[in-house]
Amino acid sequence: MKIIVCVKQVPGTTNVNVDPVTGTLIRDGASSKTNPYDLYALEAALKLKGEFGGKVSVVSMGPPSALVAIREAIYMGCDEGVLITDRKFGGADVLATSYTLCSGIKAVGEFDVILTGKQTTDGDTAQVGSELAEHLNLPHVTNVKEIFDEGETIKYISNLDNKIVTGRIKKPCLICMDGDVNTPRLPSFKRKKEFGDCKDLIKMITFNDVEDKDESHYGLKGSPTQVERIFEPDKRNEKEIISDGDLALKVFDIIKDRKFI
Amino acid sequence: MYKKIDSADIAYLKSFIPEGRIFVHDEISDDYGHDELGGIEVKPDVLINVLSTEEVSKIMKYAHDNEIPVVARGSGTDLVGAAVALEGGIMICTQQMNHILELDENNLTITVEPGVLLMELQAYVEERDFFYPPDPGEKSATIGGNISTNAGGMRAVKYGVTRDFVRGLTVVMPNGDIEHFGGKVVKNSSGYDLKDLIIGSEGTLCIITEAILKLLPKPSESVSMLLPFKTLDKAIEVVPEIIKSKASLTAIEFMSLSTIKYAEDFLGKKFPDTNYEAYILLTFDGNSANEIEAEYNKVADMCIELGAIDGYFVDTDERKKSVWNTRGALLEAIKASTDLMDECDVVVPKDKVAKFIKYTNEVSKEVGLRIPSFGHAGDGNLHLYLCRDGLPQEEFEKRLNKGFDLLYAKAIEYHGMVSGEHGIGYAKKDYLKNQLGNHQIELMRGIKKVFDPKNILNPGKVI
Repeated sequence: MKIIVCVKQVPGTTNVNVDPVTGTLIRDGASSKTNPYDLYALEAALKLKGEFGGKVSVVSMGPPSALVAIREAIYMGCDEGVLITDRKFGGADVLATSYTLCSGIKAVGEFDVILTGKQTTDGDTAQVGSELAEHLNLPHVTNVKEIFDEGETIKYISNLDNKIVTGRIKKPCLICMDGDVNTPRLPSFKRKKEFGDCKDLIKMITFNDVEDKDESHYGLKGSPTQVERIFEPDKRNEKEIISDGDLALKVFDIIKDRKFI
Repeated sequence: MYKKIDSADIAYLKSFIPEGRIFVHDEISDDYGHDELGGIEVKPDVLINVLSTEEVSKIMKYAHDNEIPVVARGSGTDLVGAAVALEGGIMICTQQMNHILELDENNLTITVEPGVLLMELQAYVEERDFFYPPDPGEKSATIGGNISTNAGGMRAVKYGVTRDFVRGLTVVMPNGDIEHFGGKVVKNSSGYDLKDLIIGSEGTLCIITEAILKLLPKPSESVSMLLPFKTLDKAIEVVPEIIKSKASLTAIEFMSLSTIKYAEDFLGKKFPDTNYEAYILLTFDGNSANEIEAEYNKVADMCIELGAIDGYFVDTDERKKSVWNTRGALLEAIKASTDLMDECDVVVPKDKVAKFIKYTNEVSKEVGLRIPSFGHAGDGNLHLYLCRDGLPQEEFEKRLNKGFDLLYAKAIEYHGMVSGEHGIGYAKKDYLKNQLGNHQIELMRGIKKVFDPKNILNPGKVI
C-alpha cells in the first residue's frame, strides 16, 4: 500500500508575527517545527506500514526551509518525501494551498491513501484536508481516531463529537486524522546519520512540474480570501451558565441582543 | 511537655487572624495530617494560612512564650513526614504567601514569598527569558519547601541544587524575631553562613518567609535525547561513560520499561517508545544549536557503540511534554501501582550509580519486595520505592526494614548519603544517626538548641 502523508512546517513557538499588508505569517528567523497535528497522521501511517507493509511518502508545500520537516518525517520512518515549492505558490490561502497540493500529488503518481492532520497550529482552518480530497475527487472522512487496512477498503473509527462512527472507505481515499489519537514516535538519530540531508529520497516539485500552468490558480493570485486584519482576540473571563428553561431560545436571545445575528 | 492548645490560645490567634484563614481541630482537613507518602498521620490543633512575615512573627512569639509546637508547611508534597505536626500544636501554612515580590534584572535575582510554587516560578522567569535551573519532579511543591529540603531535581548534573540558587533569606526565628540571612550579593565571606545552614534544615531552625533566588539567562536551545537499551544493566553501564565523556549535559535520567508502563496507566497517555527494557534520558542545553548538535552527536554515537539501540530526538514542546511528563509522573505512577510503599532517596558518588542500581535488584530478590526505581543517574541520586503489593503489614514492615538496612549500608560503603533531596524528616532519622554517628548528631543538636532552645519548631524531625 502506498500512503501519502501531508505535513506542514509551522512556527516553533506561539509568538509569531503577521505581515500587516498580506496578512500572512512572517517566517524569517523564527524557529520552526512540524505541525503537531500532522505528526498524528504520520504515526498512523507508520503504524499502518508496520502492520500491513507498504511505503509512506511525506508531502509538504512550503519554502525550501520546509525540507527540514520532510527530513524529520524520514528520520521518523517515512520512506521518501516530496516538497512542492515555488515562489509562485507563496501566500496561498486554503483554496490555493489545497489546489497546489493536489497538483503536486498528481505529479507524484499513484497512491492508495492520503493521510492529513486535523488542522495546523498556525493557519488553524482545518479545511485543507477536505478541500484537497475535493480537488482530487476522492472520498474522504474526517476526525478519524483509528484506521485498519482491509485490502480494497480502509476501516476507520471517527470521533464526531457526539458519536463514534465506524465505517469503511474505498481506496484511493483521503483521511483526516483527529488530534491526540496516538503518541507520535520520535525521530531517530540512527536514521538521521544514515540518510543525512535525504537528498536522494526527496523530490522537489515546482511550478514547471505541475500540469495546470495557469498562474492565477496558485499562491496569492489564486487566493480569494482577503485578510482584512489579524489580531489577538480579547481575553474575557466573564461567563454565564444557562441551565434551565428553553435553552435554545435563551441562547438565541443573547446572540440577538448582542447583535451577533 | 508542650502546652496543649486551649480556648485562650485560639482566641488570641483569632484576634489577629481573620476567619477563613484559621481552622481549629475538626475544621482542619485530614490532608494537613499527612504528607504525600502518608507514612505518619497526626493533625495539628490549629491551622493558619499566613499572609506575611509579621503574622508569622506574631504567631511564633506567642508560641514561644507559651511553649506551643509549630510546624511550617507548604504544599505538603514531602515524603518523609517533615511537614507533619507530630506534637500537634500550630501549623503555619505558607500556601497563600505566594507572591513574586521583585524581579531584579540588574542583579539577576528574583525575590519570592515561600508559598510560590516551583512551576509558577519557572513559568514566570522563563516568560521573561530568565532561567531558574533547580527542577525537582514535583512541580507543585513550594519554593519554601524546596529550600527546606535543598531539593535538587533533574538539572543538577549541570547547574547544581536549590542551595546553589539561594542568595538570601528572610526568616522568623522561634522567638518571633525577624532576621535576614545573606542578600543579593554574589560573594559573601562575612562570618558563618547562616543562610546555608537554613537551607535543608526542614523547618527545624526557623521559618522562611522570603527568599532571594539567583537566576540565569535562559539558554536559547534545549534538546533531550531518549536512548533505548535492551536491558537495564546495559543502560546503567553506559552512565559512567556518559559522565566521563565531558559532554555538557543538563540531565541524565534512567527509567525502566516497567516504571514507564505504570506512568502510562497512571497518565492514560502512551510513551513514544515502549519497545525496549530500559531508557536513558539526556538533556543538552546551550545558546548555539550547532554546539548542541555536536554534543549530542558525540554522546549518541558513543552510547550506540556501547549498546544503545538508537537515540530519539525530543526537541519540540510536544515531544518534551510527552517524555518529561512521564518522567515527572513516575513517583505518583508507582504509588498508584501498589497499596503502600516507602521510599529511599539515597545518593552515592556518580561513579557508583550503576553498581548501586544493580545492588537494588539483588536486594529486591533477597527481601522479596518489588523495588521499582528511577532517578538522576547523572548526579548519583536514586529514587527507590519498596512496595507492599498486598503483603500483611507486619510482614511488609519486616521486609522493608531489612531492605532499608541493606540499601543504606551499601550507600555508606560507597560513601553516599541517606538522602539526596527528600530530606530526613521523621522517617529517616535513625538512618541519619546511624550514618553520621553521635558526634555529628550532637553538633547538629547544639545548633538546633541555639536557634530553638525550647524545641518548639518542627519537633521530632531530622535529629
